[in-house]
Amino acid sequence: MFWITGLFNSLAFAAVLFLLAAGFSLIFGLMRVANLTHGAFFMLGGYLATSAIGAGFWIAIVAAGAGCALLGGLVQHLLVQRLAGRELAQVLGTLGLSFIVADQCLLIWSGDPISLAPPAFLQGAARLGMFAFPLYRLFLIVVAAFVAIALWLVVERTTLGAKIRAAVDDREMARATGIPVSRLFTVVFCLGSALAGIGGALAAPVLSVYPGLDTEMLPLALLVVILGGIGSLAGALIGSVLIGIIYTFGQILLPDLSYVILFLPMVIVLAVRPEGLLGRQAA
Amino acid sequence: MSALELNNLSKSFGGLHVISDVSFKVMEGERRLILGPNGAGKTTLFNLIAGDLAPSFGTISLAGEDVSALPTNRRAARGIGRTFQILTLFSGETVIRNVVLASLGRTSRRWKPFGSLDADEEFRASAMEILRTVMLDYIADKCVSETSYGERRRLEIAMALAQQPRLLLLDEPLAGLSKEERKGVEGLLNALPRSLTVIMIEHDMDVALGFADRIALLQNGKLLVDGSRDEVIADPRTKEAYLAE
Repeated sequence: MFWITGLFNSLAFAAVLFLLAAGFSLIFGLMRVANLTHGAFFMLGGYLATSAIGAGFWIAIVAAGAGCALLGGLVQHLLVQRLAGRELAQVLGTLGLSFIVADQCLLIWSGDPISLAPPAFLQGAARLGMFAFPLYRLFLIVVAAFVAIALWLVVERTTLGAKIRAAVDDREMARATGIPVSRLFTVVFCLGSALAGIGGALAAPVLSVYPGLDTEMLPLALLVVILGGIGSLAGALIGSVLIGIIYTFGQILLPDLSYVILFLPMVIVLAVRPEGLLGRQAA
Repeated sequence: MSALELNNLSKSFGGLHVISDVSFKVMEGERRLILGPNGAGKTTLFNLIAGDLAPSFGTISLAGEDVSALPTNRRAARGIGRTFQILTLFSGETVIRNVVLASLGRTSRRWKPFGSLDADEEFRASAMEILRTVMLDYIADKCVSETSYGERRRLEIAMALAQQPRLLLLDEPLAGLSKEERKGVEGLLNALPRSLTVIMIEHDMDVALGFADRIALLQNGKLLVDGSRDEVIADPRTKEAYLAE
């Protein structure tokens, strides 16, 4: 009973992590930019959804995604693009911006945790024998699976995806063959930011939104990406599930050591396979 | 009409002047060799022409159009194809996918983000034709990371050709190849259509001098000698700067 329920909760948390980490991984893989505002976008998405919930749950989710996509596009255009090739400046710039976003959120939404009620049809639980699974957490797993499939289809089966993969593979060659890499950067940055915002909005009924949520989630996204392999969607999926399971069970079984058992697999993977589980080895 | 015209082109990194006041014209269909000792600025010149670097001063005109301010991808769309000194390919993709991606920029397909590239038979057929030209059709579906160095060099040329360039920049296309592989690539170079303008950097003098109509000799980022093959070879400055090394 304990293990089944724990596993189910792990998968629901993994679903949220995947929404956060997939965009982070794509941005990192394509642009070699560790976008440290990503955690802030996750939190901002949650806050935007709590403000827009009056218009309905789905509109709140769309508003969170659209707001973060717009802000992500601006960050890419006004900050990241201007610091092209200067990784340290990009890291510091996006980190500074994440503090600004977090402070503005505190100013607008105050310091109290805000929860978001799931829509009525997702309240309650689905029963299977002696087990009861909260419907909303099931919904999170379904959404993450849907997003994973949709992203996979876009990246693997479309011309846009072929260009993204080519630019991840070799930016210099992509440019030389006429692929507009800068425009792709903007598209991917907006997409990644939208996914973070939607992730934050969808997680709000489970995690609530509160100051510090960004700094709690960002290291987890980093862990997922490093574990799964930079730029790999499948890696982000596997990394999310692994970190979801380790994080959930670690907090229940060994709360004092939860960070040790969270980071230990990353250290081992980095020592044995520095490119991550599904990352590509540098040529 | 000149295919390419460089006017007072200069590139500096801080106080380091890598290219200084270089001007020359390359006519349509010409085979131009860029010579110069290591550090002369040859690859930097290619990067300036292709758009990977922005000039500090001067202009670059492609078929009469000033392309100095255009980014690399837009210069590629206007007809500049190139290979790199250090092999640069989409190593995670198959050989044929590399050629398909390279040919994407010249078709209206590049504006359509959705729809599968693999389902486009026409694309695949034309990519296969190019692979036949460079004798790589037998490994079309092999992943690039599983191919040999010589095959990758030929694939780079195939990708440049797939763009149907009007100007082809070849940066040491024979570098690192065995004697046998050199023969294969040399055959490919000699089979390039005469209408195509080619600028090549190459240290294999037997191949390079046989290929070139005209030569530009660079030294310390400056254009030292510019003229026909025989003129440049006969010029004492050439011997001093390069051939005597």
